[in-house]
Amino acid sequence: MHARFKCVLAAACSLFAAAASAPVPAQSGAAATDDIRMVAPLPGAEWQLPNGDLANTRYSTLAQITTANVGELKPVNIMHTGISNGHEGSPLVVGDTMYVVTPYPNNLIAIDLRKPYGPLKWVYEPHPDPRSVGIACCDLVNRGASYADGKIIYNTLDAHTVAVDAETGKPIWKTRLGDVDVGETITMAPLVVKDKVIVGNSGGELGVRGWVAALAVADGHEIWRAYNTGPDADTKIGADFKPFYAKDRGKDLGVTSWPADQWKLGGSTVWGWISYDPELDLIYYGTGNPGVWNPDLRPGDNKWSCAIIARDPDDGSMRWAYQISAHDAWDYDEIMENVLVDMDFGGKPRKLLIHPGRTGFVFVLDRATGELLSAEKFQPSTNWADGYDLQTGKARENADKRTRYGVVTRGICPSSTGAKEVVPSAFSPRTGLLYIPAHNTCMDYEGIESNYIAGTPYLGASVKMFPGPGGYQGELVAWDPAAAQPVWGVKEEKFPVYSGVLATAGDLVFYGTMDGWFKALDARSGKLLWRFKTGSGIVGNPITFNGPDGKQYVAVYSGIGGWMGAVAFPSVSADDPYAALGVVGAMKDIKQYTAAGGALYVFGR
Amino acid sequence: MCSDADKALLMLAMFVALLGAMAGHFAASAGLQWALVPVARAAEAPPAVAEPLRVCADPNNLPFSNQRGEGFENVLARLLARELGRALEYTWWPQRRGFIRHTLDSGRCDLVMGVPADFERVTPTAPYYRSGYVFVTRADRHLDLKSLDDPRLRKLSIGLHAIGDDYANVPPAQALAARGIVDNVRGYSVYGDYSLPDPPRVLIDAVARGEVDVAIAWGPLAGYFAPREPIALTVTPVIDERARDPAMQFSIAAGVRHGDTALKTAVERVFAARRAEIDEVLRDFHVPLLAQPEGKT
Repeated sequence: MHARFKCVLAAACSLFAAAASAPVPAQSGAAATDDIRMVAPLPGAEWQLPNGDLANTRYSTLAQITTANVGELKPVNIMHTGISNGHEGSPLVVGDTMYVVTPYPNNLIAIDLRKPYGPLKWVYEPHPDPRSVGIACCDLVNRGASYADGKIIYNTLDAHTVAVDAETGKPIWKTRLGDVDVGETITMAPLVVKDKVIVGNSGGELGVRGWVAALAVADGHEIWRAYNTGPDADTKIGADFKPFYAKDRGKDLGVTSWPADQWKLGGSTVWGWISYDPELDLIYYGTGNPGVWNPDLRPGDNKWSCAIIARDPDDGSMRWAYQISAHDAWDYDEIMENVLVDMDFGGKPRKLLIHPGRTGFVFVLDRATGELLSAEKFQPSTNWADGYDLQTGKARENADKRTRYGVVTRGICPSSTGAKEVVPSAFSPRTGLLYIPAHNTCMDYEGIESNYIAGTPYLGASVKMFPGPGGYQGELVAWDPAAAQPVWGVKEEKFPVYSGVLATAGDLVFYGTMDGWFKALDARSGKLLWRFKTGSGIVGNPITFNGPDGKQYVAVYSGIGGWMGAVAFPSVSADDPYAALGVVGAMKDIKQYTAAGGALYVFGR
Repeated sequence: MCSDADKALLMLAMFVALLGAMAGHFAASAGLQWALVPVARAAEAPPAVAEPLRVCADPNNLPFSNQRGEGFENVLARLLARELGRALEYTWWPQRRGFIRHTLDSGRCDLVMGVPADFERVTPTAPYYRSGYVFVTRADRHLDLKSLDDPRLRKLSIGLHAIGDDYANVPPAQALAARGIVDNVRGYSVYGDYSLPDPPRVLIDAVARGEVDVAIAWGPLAGYFAPREPIALTVTPVIDERARDPAMQFSIAAGVRHGDTALKTAVERVFAARRAEIDEVLRDFHVPLLAQPEGKT
C-alpha cells in the first residue's frame, strides 16, 4: 500500500466526478474460510500485478459491490485506445493512477483517477520494432504489466522488457531479451518477484526455444536465464531438482527426449502466467507445445514442453517439473495460470497448485513436491485422454484421437485452442471455487494440403475447428478443486469464454464474452445479476480497485482479438474454415455480433 | 469498431513504419537499400491509362524475389507487366504466416508470383513451372543419391527445412519419418535469421560447410545457391517412387485474389504466349524443371 494512496483518500478527491461519497462500509466477510488460506493475498485496494496477487488467484477482498447492489453498476468512464487489435490483459491501479498497456505498439497510458472522467496523465510510447508485427503468431496482443519500486514494468512485442517511471512516464531501463529476426516475440505479462522481474518468450510456431529470464527491477540487467529444452546446464537442472515422478527424472532429458539437436528448435515457450509462493520461495509457470516438426518427427517425450515447472527465483534452478502431456500431438500449450492456494485436500491441509489446462483437465498438484493429486475433466467433451494415473503421473491417452500425419482424425476434443485459453481463471476463498473461462470446441485433423512459405512449397494438415457437443461453445465453470468436480456452470451459446475472470469478497464473479457482454454472476449460485454490452468482444481480464474517493470500481478492456477473436477482423475471411489456423470454423458467426476496436471500461455505482 | 477506413489508415501507417524499420535494419546489416512502398519498377514507360500491376513479394528471399529485383519471380513480374502494358508496383512483405492475409486479402496488391497450383488461399493461375525436391551433396563425396529408399540415408546426417507452422512439414521430412529416419535429421528453420540476406539459404550452406552430409531442399533454392557456394555441390532430383510418400514435386502458379478472373486470364495468356522466354529465365536461375503432368499445362 502506498502512503500516497492513503493521503488521496481525502474527501476532496473525486473519481470520475462521482457523487459525494457515501460512508464506506467496512469490508465484511473478506477473511478466507477456515480451511482455505490465501498464499499471498492481494494487498489492499490496488491492483499492482497482472493477476492481482502473486498466487494468481484474481481474488479481491473489496466488498462494497455486492450481490445486492451490483445491479446499480454503470459505466463511469470509457476510453478508446484507438487500436484495433485484441485487447488482452488488464489495467493496473497503483495509488491514484490507472495504467493500461495497449496491444502493439504497446503504449503505456497513465490515467489520473483523482480527476473527473480520468484524464490522461501521460502516454509512454516504446516504439517496438515493427518487424515483430510480421512474426507474431496470433494477433498483436499484450497481457499486461507489473508494478514495483515506482516502476511500471512490461514487455513489448519485439521481445524487450521496459521499466517506466510510474510518476513521470519516463523510461528508466529497457532490456532486449529476444531476437525478432529468429521469430521471438514477447506477449506475456512479467511478474515482479522480490527484486526481480520474471519474463518468458513467445514464438513456438517459428521454432524458437522457450526460456524464462530474471531481470533486476533496479536496472533491468539479466540475472539468469533458464531454457525449457536442452542440456541440464541450460535448463538449470542440478542437485536440487526433485521431480515427483520417475517419468520426469534423468540426466539431460531436455536433450535425450528429442531426436538429435531438435531441442534447439524445440518451442516450449512461456507466454502465459508466472506465479510465486513467498513461503516456499518458488516460481511456477507452464510451457508451450514442442516445436517444430510433427509428432512423428520428434519421437520422445520432448521435455520440457507442455509441463508445469517450479524454479528458485534467485538463481533460476529447476526444483521440480511435471510434464502434463509427453510428445504433444495436439498443440496443447500448457502455459495457463497456476493458482496457488493452501486448503484441505483429501482430508488434510495441502499446499496446492491448481492448473486448469488447455488439455481439458483441472490439475491439482502439491506445489512443494510436484505430486499430482487429481486431474479431472472440466470440459466433459475432452476425449484425447480418459484420465490420469496418479501413481505414474501419466495420461491415459485415447489412441484413436492422437493426430498422425497423413491420417484423418475426426472429432478430437478439445481443439488446438484448448478447453481453455491463456485467459486466467479466478479463485474465491469464500466459496472455495475456481471460476474457469472454458471452451467447448473440437477439431478434425484432415491430412494434408499444399502450402507455401518463404518460397518453399510444403504440406500441412488442415485443422478444422467446430463447436463441441451440447449446443454451446463456452462456459464459465465453477469448479470445486477439493472435490474435483463442477458445482455449476453458465453456458455461453455462441462463443468460447475468452476473457479472464475476477472474483470478489462481494461474492461476485465478473467476466466478459466475445460478443461484448460484461457480466456479474453470484459466486455461489452462478445467477446472472448484472450485465452491460460493451463496444467490442471482451478478451481482457477484469480487475477491481478502490478509487481515491474510497469507492469500489471494476475495470475491463473491451476489444476483440487474439487467436480466436482475430476472426472478427475485416481481413480474415469468414468463409474459409481453415483460415486463422482453423479457428474460423468455430467462430464464423462472430462478425454478426462484434467488431474490432479497443476501449477501457470502468464501472462504478 | 473503427471504420474500415480508419483501420486501413492504421494498417497503412503500421506498414509504412514496418518498411521504414526494415529499411534501416537491412541497409545496416545486409547492404540492401529499402524504400517506402509503393515502388514503381517498370523499365519502360507503359501506356498512360493502364492501372499498375500491383505485386506483393518477399523483399529478401532469393532466388524467388528481393527488393533489388534480382529474383526470377521479379524477372517474370517485369515480363508480365511489359506484356500487359502496365507499370509494375511492388508491396514488400516477408513471406511468413499471414502473407496472403496481409497482401492479396487486404488489398495491398493483386498478384503474388509463386504459389502451389492447388493452393486454396488464392485463385491460382495455370502453373508456369514445375519443380521438385532435390538432394544436395558435396561433389567430392560422390554420394550420387537418388532415392529416399537409399539405405545410406539411415546413417548420413540429413538437413531439411523446418517450417514450424503447426503440423506443417516439407514432404521429404515426412517421407523420411515414415521410413523411421528421424534421429539423423536436422532441421533448419525455413525462416532463418531475417537479418541476413536470403535466410533459407542456410540449409545449402550447411552442406558446403560440412554441417550435414546431405540437404534435401526445394529445387529452385538448391539450384540457385549450390553454384554460389565456395565448394562444388551436386544437385540431384529426389525420385518420387513410393505411392505412400507425400508429393515431392509441385506445379507452381501465380495467384490472384478469389474472384479476380480478369487478371487470372490476362496472366495466363502471357504465360502461354511467352512460354519459351519464361523457360529461359528459369533455366538462367538453374531451376530444376520438370514436365507438367498431363492436363495441367
